[in-house]
Amino acid sequence: MTTLEIHDLSVSVEDKAILTGVNLTIRSGETHAIMGPNGSGKSTLAYSLAGHPKYTVTGGTVTLDGQDVLSMSVDERARAGMFLAMQYPVEVPGVTVSNFLRTAATAVRGEAPALRHWVKEQKAAMAALDMDPAFASRNVNEGFSGGEKKRHEILQLELLKPKIAILDETDSGLDVDALRVVSEGVNRVRATGETGTLLITHYTRILRYIQPDFVHVFVGGKIVEEGGKELADELEANGYARFTPAAV
Amino acid sequence: MASPPLVEGKFARHLSRDPDAFPAITGREEEWRFTPLYRLRGLHDGTAVVDGTITVTGEFETIGPDHPLVGTALVPADRPAALAMRDFKEGQLVTVDGELDEPISLRIKGNGESSYGHVVIDAKPFSKAVVVLDHLGSGTHVGAVEVLVGDSADITLVSVQDWDDDAVHLSAQAARLGRDARFKSVVITLGGDLVRLNPTVSYAGPGGDAELLGLAFADAGQHLEHRLLVEHTAPSCKSRVTYKAAAQGMEAHTVWIGDVVIRKEATGTDTYELNRNLLLSDEARADSVPNLEIETGEIAGAGHASATGRFDDNQLFYLQSRGIPADEARRMVVRGFFHEIVRRIGIPDLEDRLDAALDSELSA
Repeated sequence: MTTLEIHDLSVSVEDKAILTGVNLTIRSGETHAIMGPNGSGKSTLAYSLAGHPKYTVTGGTVTLDGQDVLSMSVDERARAGMFLAMQYPVEVPGVTVSNFLRTAATAVRGEAPALRHWVKEQKAAMAALDMDPAFASRNVNEGFSGGEKKRHEILQLELLKPKIAILDETDSGLDVDALRVVSEGVNRVRATGETGTLLITHYTRILRYIQPDFVHVFVGGKIVEEGGKELADELEANGYARFTPAAV
Repeated sequence: MASPPLVEGKFARHLSRDPDAFPAITGREEEWRFTPLYRLRGLHDGTAVVDGTITVTGEFETIGPDHPLVGTALVPADRPAALAMRDFKEGQLVTVDGELDEPISLRIKGNGESSYGHVVIDAKPFSKAVVVLDHLGSGTHVGAVEVLVGDSADITLVSVQDWDDDAVHLSAQAARLGRDARFKSVVITLGGDLVRLNPTVSYAGPGGDAELLGLAFADAGQHLEHRLLVEHTAPSCKSRVTYKAAAQGMEAHTVWIGDVVIRKEATGTDTYELNRNLLLSDEARADSVPNLEIETGEIAGAGHASATGRFDDNQLFYLQSRGIPADEARRMVVRGFFHEIVRRIGIPDLEDRLDAALDSELSA
């Protein structure tokens, strides 16, 4: 059982306050959806939790089973069990997907997976996401379509089996088929009961495929309302108008 | 007595075996403007006393400056090269006849002295071989390499500059391709205080195909310069130039000049050159100048690309966010940057060695 506890987290970018006191607790097996309008700071929350150097934490705490996450380097966070599926995954020229995946798995698991098992594991995980085996010999994210990038992110999620998975706008840029395949991947990870999931999204569309246990409305750099799945339905019907100042 | 420029146009330059045909180098010349002359130990202004030797081991025939093949592919374009061609004591002739399965290796090891050297590779028609020149040790060395690639021959020349930190190395490396000949040059420059290489290619007949690959890694204080000239002098020939350099640390400096000229007679030419540079720290510097001169409109294709970029921290973040420690992530990115070159070398032993060398550069 893992618990990620975010307490009163404030973050700024270049001296501009973006997160203004975020409180959230995520446990293994739970799925939380964070929904909010553009510019509300959702992605800032995701990247701050992963430790991107662009974001400066100005207050609050984040702990993973009591361990101070904010004092960890980016790679230490990942090895501690945090994972961020990115909205815009980065190209790494000259580094093949298979080399990347095995290096990452070695780092996260603490030892190199036996080659024979690894090849099988990678193949099976790729097949489950409808990915062509030739994909493994391409360079990381180089020339990938939007859908390929997201499948590749979820492939990593399935292979690295994090304790806490943060999915940043994983639904953006996906057609219906790709959204279904990617969602099934996320659901396989959820079904293990060993991963807590934080789903960051603008639209309710992905929530038809991935049922959240909790929905949080994120506006102005913090959570302004919490509820169950019915809150997402309300947002789908009425949008964010109720939560944003009338002037906007 | 200055000789007239034998090669006219944009890349006009004096070519002569007579050292006195060249004035002393001042640093204001276009072709010397990037080179820190004060580190050349007097090679540029004639004050250097070059009276030492360099140890060459391998299979070859020893030759002197009067050998008839000397000067057939290379005509010196500057004073140090002309002096070296006139005054070298012991040169090496490698004759390639037939198709060789094993590489021919020459180990050229400096022992701290100032020396001239000259290597001639005479590849007979329809021959095939890989020739590896390994430069190591320390000293001041001006060494020419001439490659005569006979009709339909296929020669790969690998020149590794893995000198000690204090070495100074100037080298003109000229290849002349016969009809339908193939030539691949692989230049790998890692060590030395100042290394300045001039690989040149010219074509004696149609159908020649030259591929020039280069990789350089400059650490603090190193000046690594590669000046290429591909002269399309015959119809229907091809050239591909791909050079990549990384630089890190104070006064780490790489220079790449890629000159390609397509002469009037060289119809049907197909050429492309690419240079990429990766700066791993703020103090490092890379200069890149591609030049293309076309004297005929009847060509198959001609282009060039050059780009210099800083290390992308987002790549580092992405890899680290998957648990990969920062130093390893950095290694992956740099290896990835060079991968395009390494995979095209086609000599597994050398690729392994290069991987190891890059790793040690990156962990230094």
